[in-house]
Amino acid sequence: MNIVLSLIVSGLAISALVVIPFAGVWAAPFYGVHIEWLFGIVIPYLAAITFFVGMIYRVVKWAKSPVPFRIPTTCSQQKSLPWIKYDYVDKLDNPSTRLGVWGRMILEVLFFRSLFRNTRLQYGEGQSIKYTSSKWLWIGAIGFHYTFLVVIIRHLRFFTEPMPFFVKIIENVDGFFQIFLPTAYQSGLLLGAAATFLLLRRVLIPQVRYVSLPADYFPLFLILTIAGTGILMRYVLKTDVVSIKELTMGLVSFSPKIPEGGISVVFYIHLFLVSALFAYFPFSKLVHMGGVFLSPTRNLENNNRAVRHINPWNPKVKIHTYEEYEDDFREKMIGAGLPVEKKVAPTENKE
Amino acid sequence: MNLNNLLSEKRSVILKKWCDLTLQTYPEESQSFFRKKDQFANPVGHTISEGLASIYEGLLEGADVGRISEFLDRIIRVRAIQEFSPSEAVSFVFGLKSIIREELGSRILQNGLSEEWAALDARIDGLALLCFDIYAQCRQKIFDIRVNEVRKRSHRLLQMAGLSYEISEDNENNKDNGDLQEDK
Amino acid sequence: MAVIPKSWNVPQPDVLTKKIDHGPASMGLQKGWMSTTPVQIKEGMHCHAALAKNLKTVGMPNPRDWSVMGDDWKLPENWKEIVLDGLKDRLGRFRSFQLFMDICVRCGACADKCHYYIGSGDPKNMPVLRAELLRSIYRKNFTLAGKLLGPVAGARNLTYDVLKELWYYLYQCTECRRCSVFCPYGIDTAEITMMGRELTNLLGLNIDWIAGPVANCYRTGNHMGIQPHAFKEMIDFFVDEIEDVTGVRVDPSFNRKGAEILFVTPSGDVFGDPGTYTAMGYLILFHQLGLDVTWSTYASEGGNFGLFTSNEMMKRLNAKMYAEAKRLGVKWILGGECGHMWRVINQYMGTMNLDVAEGSKMEDPVSPITGTKFENAKSTKMVHITEFTADLLRHNKLKVDPSRNDHLKVTFHDSCNTSRGMGLFEEPRYVIKNVCNHFYEMPPNTIREQTYCCGGGSGLNAGEDMELRMRGGLPRANAVKYVHEKHGVNKLACVCAIDRAVLPNLMEYYVPEVDVTGVHEMVANAMVLDGEKKKTVDLRGEPLPGKEDSE
Repeated sequence: MNIVLSLIVSGLAISALVVIPFAGVWAAPFYGVHIEWLFGIVIPYLAAITFFVGMIYRVVKWAKSPVPFRIPTTCSQQKSLPWIKYDYVDKLDNPSTRLGVWGRMILEVLFFRSLFRNTRLQYGEGQSIKYTSSKWLWIGAIGFHYTFLVVIIRHLRFFTEPMPFFVKIIENVDGFFQIFLPTAYQSGLLLGAAATFLLLRRVLIPQVRYVSLPADYFPLFLILTIAGTGILMRYVLKTDVVSIKELTMGLVSFSPKIPEGGISVVFYIHLFLVSALFAYFPFSKLVHMGGVFLSPTRNLENNNRAVRHINPWNPKVKIHTYEEYEDDFREKMIGAGLPVEKKVAPTENKE
Repeated sequence: MNLNNLLSEKRSVILKKWCDLTLQTYPEESQSFFRKKDQFANPVGHTISEGLASIYEGLLEGADVGRISEFLDRIIRVRAIQEFSPSEAVSFVFGLKSIIREELGSRILQNGLSEEWAALDARIDGLALLCFDIYAQCRQKIFDIRVNEVRKRSHRLLQMAGLSYEISEDNENNKDNGDLQEDK
Repeated sequence: MAVIPKSWNVPQPDVLTKKIDHGPASMGLQKGWMSTTPVQIKEGMHCHAALAKNLKTVGMPNPRDWSVMGDDWKLPENWKEIVLDGLKDRLGRFRSFQLFMDICVRCGACADKCHYYIGSGDPKNMPVLRAELLRSIYRKNFTLAGKLLGPVAGARNLTYDVLKELWYYLYQCTECRRCSVFCPYGIDTAEITMMGRELTNLLGLNIDWIAGPVANCYRTGNHMGIQPHAFKEMIDFFVDEIEDVTGVRVDPSFNRKGAEILFVTPSGDVFGDPGTYTAMGYLILFHQLGLDVTWSTYASEGGNFGLFTSNEMMKRLNAKMYAEAKRLGVKWILGGECGHMWRVINQYMGTMNLDVAEGSKMEDPVSPITGTKFENAKSTKMVHITEFTADLLRHNKLKVDPSRNDHLKVTFHDSCNTSRGMGLFEEPRYVIKNVCNHFYEMPPNTIREQTYCCGGGSGLNAGEDMELRMRGGLPRANAVKYVHEKHGVNKLACVCAIDRAVLPNLMEYYVPEVDVTGVHEMVANAMVLDGEKKKTVDLRGEPLPGKEDSE
């Protein structure tokens, strides 16, 4: 797969995901077919089930694979002699306790510590910018994931009644710059910008382009299209929020029904794409969300010499014993004045 | 107006093109990496860009062969162990001729500097010959290292077995080293 | 206007605008990596194939003589089945492997962190792509998306060509873990390479530079295949040399029951220069301290090329340390300077083999000189020699005269395994700074957890792959060259036997003015011994500046 094919394949897949709900909700009624229930109720439920079952299956599968060895990547000084400096950076980058591991994982999961490492300043004559692209990767990744989170939290307003306080807070912060009406949320725009950045980076940096697969472009396209339809609904088409909430509340209260007046087709497209994302999640690289917590190079202490780690399948192996060794070399050992266990050499025993 | 003035004037353009030309000999996916400006994260790119600049300066100033060889050495030393045929490894030198022709050809002729130009071309040819020597030295070095490595690994054993040159003749206690004796 | 006929097959010097061979460069229309097989296997970039006799010695599958450059690798009939079964088995046994197959997002953070990539520019040496070579096979056979969508999902069939390509790049990785430091999910290419190499070993596709030492180590106790009497003779030889230099006769013991401490170090230091001087350093240190320590000819190898073969092989070779400790009745084990040996000791040994030590007389390691309890080694009972020596220096139990090393300007190369598999950074530096007066660090992005590999780790320090080693070692050499030019550094210190074998060659090629030394060679040179004669030369017999004329 080269880049062109990859982009075409991903693009076609996205087009299909847009056309299907469009056909189903907008075009089908012309032929007397009314299947809003399929796109508004059945598919979202199926997607949610696929997501949860799939993720549980994944995590269980990972968890079922044991961790035979304690193999943290140690990124700082080990804890050794009491007077050797082992301060908070070391405790986090080369943890020797559970607490340190928690700290390391929090930094990793919330702040992308390892990606950030790229930006560590380096000296060298006359070089003003170092590792810029890597720094941008960190910024892009942080921007992408956090705006995504904010967008998800904001969407809780459709699934809760009354709205929890934090949703309110997030909305207020997010809509801080009240330039437009309705309130423009920065998160949606930033999410689009960050995803675009990640996409451009993938296309423009030759090394990354070389390793990229359709499976890398597709989720970015998908998220961009979701963000696009969302923005379209909110700011351009001004879709009927009350009806949407009627539908979504019906979904979460397990008494789903399609609202009387009907909802704009863009909403169905948006919902279908989100369903696709949910269903796709467990089968794709997006599972890194769950996987990062289980990574043995990050979530283990570096204390293997102090506390034994148990390998559940520790294999029984054949060892070349000292006795066999001495049998091989006894005479020579005696000749060289090396101590031996048995003085009399038995018949030579060559394997 | 002499040729050196023209070359100094166009220094940055010519150098950039020369550097690009040299980097184009690497896999496409990696060229942008080799353009990164970090001496330690990207030694190949750094060596090439710094080396070419120094060679260019040396060419203008008429630096002595020792200095020029030193800069050529840095570049060739790296290219001698990368995936290049000998001709590919040293080809970058000739690129400079074409670049100068492209950038300055008409102005050189306008200013009637063709004599100087011919001399410069000859000097660049000289660079190529130096490169050839250096390349051969580097390859020779690799083979020497291979041989020496074997010797370093076993010379203690030979010494112990009384087979090394330091303790010659005395071959009494080497009964377990028949094959080593053959090697000798 | 090409001037040189095409048929000459040499580069056209005047094709400035675009080099045609590489295709429409900036458009990125080049082939995707999956369509670039078969790989062209090149001389100088791989190690020789494992000999049948070496595989037989340790009972590895498919022993036969074969050639990497040959078309037929003489694989068993059902090789594909063997690989896929082996893959499945390992996915179920190693969470790391299963996880790392699933969660890579190909963000590219690791791409330019590999020394082989930095030195060569070969895109398949980017850690992410090295792993993708194996992942593509995994996806095709073990994931729904891969089975259904094939190349669209980054999946491909396991073919003979794919296998060869995978092999070629698995043996172009030194398991140094530098990429793992930068990966947001901690994906460790070393882990993937280890699994990949286990799979190649199921088919008898090891390299001889690994298989040979493994077989030797198994039978004779060390990589070089040195028999016990020769091992002792070699050390006796050092005793003479030490006496020549210092006037002090040290008296090491071997296989001695009842000793307090068992000392294990890589055999490379006993037979290969310049590691031998480090070995002399240990002898001098032990003698001066009057340490109740014994060497073993049975456990005469600290290194463990089993690590580069399979976890089972690693266990088989490593078990000797505890077995010998138990037989001799020692209280604890002291380990010499070595990289991968310490990766094994620090992250694997206790887990694998503490059962072997059951019923032994081993107890929590305590320094008999300072009384320091090595709390961090209380389970495995094995202490790193720089931890031990740093403790001595801290308590002023070692008389040293650093001015004896005044002619040295030293920099320190962190070995990959002790850095990223242990975190041994301050101990060796503390020791070095106490035994020599001129110490200079290399630039920060080339040391400590970001240290660059010597280019010959994980069993790749053979002679036939010299080009590969020189490419991989370039980033390291480049940093040494920098401190050499800036500070006049002339000694590159390290705590790794493979480094001591590999770095001298690397230096000889790139920075010939810089020499390589073990840390304990410098310690011994600085030590003031009881009853020593006036020193005029160091352990290498090289004159000490300022000392020779005062005679």
